[in-house]
Amino acid sequence: MHSTHRRRLILFIVVGAILFYFSSRVGILRLYQGSTVSMYVIAIGSIILLTGYSGQISLGNGAFMAIGAYVAVLSQLYLDLPFFLTFFVAVLGAALAGLVLGIAAARLTGPYLAGATLALAVALPSIANLFPVLGGEQGLGYDSGNAPTLFGEVARFKWLFWISCLAALITCLLLQNILKSRYGRVWKSIRSNSVAAELTGINAAKSKVLAFVLSAGIAGLAGAVLTMSLGTVSPSAFPLSLSFALITGAVIAGISSLLPGSLVGAVVLVGMSQLVGALTTRFEIGDVLAQNLKELIVSALLILAVVFTPNGPGEKIREMRDHRKHHSHGGHR
Amino acid sequence: MEKLISASLIGLSQGAIFALMALALVLVFRSTRVVNFAQAGQAMVSTYIGWEVVTRTENYWIALPAAALAGALLAAIIETFLMRPLAKRASHGAIAPVASIIASLGVLGVLHSGAAMIWTTEQKLFQSPVSVNGIEIGSTVYPFSQADMLIISTVVIVMLTFAFFFQRTSLGLSLRAAAFQPEISRLAGVRVDRVRTIGWALSGAAGAIVGVLVTPGNYLSPFSLDILLVYGFVAAVIGGLESPQGAALGGLILGMSLSFTSIYVSSGLTFIVPFVVLLLILLVKPKGIFGGGSSRNA
Repeated sequence: MHSTHRRRLILFIVVGAILFYFSSRVGILRLYQGSTVSMYVIAIGSIILLTGYSGQISLGNGAFMAIGAYVAVLSQLYLDLPFFLTFFVAVLGAALAGLVLGIAAARLTGPYLAGATLALAVALPSIANLFPVLGGEQGLGYDSGNAPTLFGEVARFKWLFWISCLAALITCLLLQNILKSRYGRVWKSIRSNSVAAELTGINAAKSKVLAFVLSAGIAGLAGAVLTMSLGTVSPSAFPLSLSFALITGAVIAGISSLLPGSLVGAVVLVGMSQLVGALTTRFEIGDVLAQNLKELIVSALLILAVVFTPNGPGEKIREMRDHRKHHSHGGHR
Repeated sequence: MEKLISASLIGLSQGAIFALMALALVLVFRSTRVVNFAQAGQAMVSTYIGWEVVTRTENYWIALPAAALAGALLAAIIETFLMRPLAKRASHGAIAPVASIIASLGVLGVLHSGAAMIWTTEQKLFQSPVSVNGIEIGSTVYPFSQADMLIISTVVIVMLTFAFFFQRTSLGLSLRAAAFQPEISRLAGVRVDRVRTIGWALSGAAGAIVGVLVTPGNYLSPFSLDILLVYGFVAAVIGGLESPQGAALGGLILGMSLSFTSIYVSSGLTFIVPFVVLLLILLVKPKGIFGGGSSRNA
């Protein structure tokens, strides 16, 4: 095993151990928020791979989450798979859907791809109402089971927290390894200049499809995790606003920063609800204002982020440092 | 036969709406390369302005231009204070190709939540100036009303006005020039920045007209026009995103496919049809019907 890979693996194990330790020391609300943050980390990771690296935009990753969620539920209902296998099937199912759309999308660029994925995000949830097997508007139940007796008696939320954190950690580890590998560099090269990349022998279309498939698969996993923590799947869990929220989360801390970017984005998305809740009780804001304050703040944050730190705060800091260096040497660009 | 006529008429009326929404998106995309997802929000806010005017004056014919004016103003503000600086700031790195799309999603969110704060999410109604009941011919009632005729004729008038403006006026020509070759137009004395703002303003007005046309017979809420954005965008992409004729054709194709599938197959397919139609067309022509390769016909 490569030494950086080993170092990353050790780091992730340590983080996992710390999370495990804390899971017994925080309340149910924090555990639930922790599961939601993990779910967002996975989902935002899928956007960072797709947009931040391969330069394609998808407004439809919420749809791939829905596919993953339904595949997980159906495989439990009809194939009686144990729950961790349903996660694998969810990833495969969503990746397969990603392959189909990805092959079509490889020919599409920028706004055309945004259009196709937007139409998908709108189309997909309504399919649940067409086929009775998908449970219509009510949706279907999902049983996340109990922790193995090995751990003794484990509260439901702690169990959910463990699984979501584990899923997020594994996703981040694998994604980080992929993004720092040859594939990551290939995607970056296509993003910045696809003609030049092709001249060096890269098959741009193939690489873009690969990115699309991986991104869809990861989104599928996020969908399965979401379904697990909700205990049910229904079309209303995957509105268009979910796809938009993922993009917001990915942009806030820099669209090509997996770590800490996806974590920061996820914490902002989850923490904002609590912050707004606290603000409304503190300042006794009226109901109408309170209900919409969260969206207002998140959207304003998105605009500010894209205007003032377009490529994330990390790049901004680097830029300022370089700027200072230039000045101290008396040079100018 | 009745089915066929009904489907065609509904398709025509829906298609006209989609076409105008698509035109609004095309105007912005042509002039500034921005896919403006905030269009739905801008149209919604302008329609609320129209609603305020209707409730005060009880006159639809004052509300329509008032909303269009508000839409134009709002769009000009967004272009000047957000999109123009953004184009300069986010011009490199991973964000560059998607920055404007993302910013417009942010604007959409701000408009949604802002409108919900001002007007609440309660549904608002306003009356159509003409009848919304189906027209009776002989013994059959067709699901096509005077309001639908109003929609079609207004859209046709607006489209013809735009066509005249772009083909025959010098401002229209400089808009096309600025969209086609900004640098050269600047050298030729076109004030590209100002012309771009005008492009946005026209688009905002078109979106506002869409909102005021469809709201009678439906209702108005902060989210009620979002679905039209999706249809309008699909129509624009079908047409090629750059061409006003493409927007009209795309709107018509989408309107017809929707009405025929919902009358002949099932109304449950409403949300799936746009995706299927779009994918089929993009598989054959990846840049839409009128969009294409090097020939950027302005």
